[in-house]
Amino acid sequence: MTVRELVDQLELKNWVPDADLEIPVTGGYAGDMLSWVMGRAQSGSVWMTIMSNQNVAAVALMADVAAVVLTESVAPDEALQKQAEARGLPLLSTPLSTYELSCRLGVLLADKQSV
Amino acid sequence: MSKLHLYYEIDGSDFHAAGEASSDVKRVLKQLNFDSDTVRRVAICMYEGEINMIIHANGGTVDVWVEECSIELVLRDTGPGIPDIEQAMQEGFSTATQAIRELGFGAGMGLPNIKRHSDQLHIASEVGVGTTLTIRVVPSG
Repeated sequence: MTVRELVDQLELKNWVPDADLEIPVTGGYAGDMLSWVMGRAQSGSVWMTIMSNQNVAAVALMADVAAVVLTESVAPDEALQKQAEARGLPLLSTPLSTYELSCRLGVLLADKQSV
Repeated sequence: MSKLHLYYEIDGSDFHAAGEASSDVKRVLKQLNFDSDTVRRVAICMYEGEINMIIHANGGTVDVWVEECSIELVLRDTGPGIPDIEQAMQEGFSTATQAIRELGFGAGMGLPNIKRHSDQLHIASEVGVGTTLTIRVVPSG
């Protein structure tokens, strides 16, 4: 599954229209403590968080996540959006809670694996 | 590959700009065709080091030595030093302020993350003088 398929299937808002969405998604990670995320998230994961400051972009870049999804209708800070645009980072958002999004992502990934 | 040296000064006053030096190292290593796991491990170590310098030591300097078989980072600061290195290496131990925690840092994961993602970590620290981290990552590819 690619980030684009995830955006389409879960109706996620894309804050960086120019970002490459053809990146493969291999898993997910939910967390708001940035060092914890950087230490534990696997590359290719979709990172689900309510943190919206610009350090999120740097952490996402270092950890090689496939995309960042802000949950609970959180909007990115202007500085985060600019950083994401500058770095081509897929920055998405959803009204879903982190739990709900995690469940749906898990189902989508399982469906793709069973095809 | 001959030994490549990169040098960065980390501005301790701009927490929000943290990661610029790490991003640059990541870009250079990618250009040199290091495998993605190695690039990621170096980037994480350097970013954690950058954040620590900004949070605790008002900035510092980073020397990066790149060879085909080894990437070495030397992060130096003249901050307050670490009184108990063993304690600082424990996951969850943190002396960061509430303001830093609200930004998502200060979880006590910085040094443990560096240890986890590197092949060698040496910490030299003296209270009131500063701290030097020497980090070595051996390319996995």
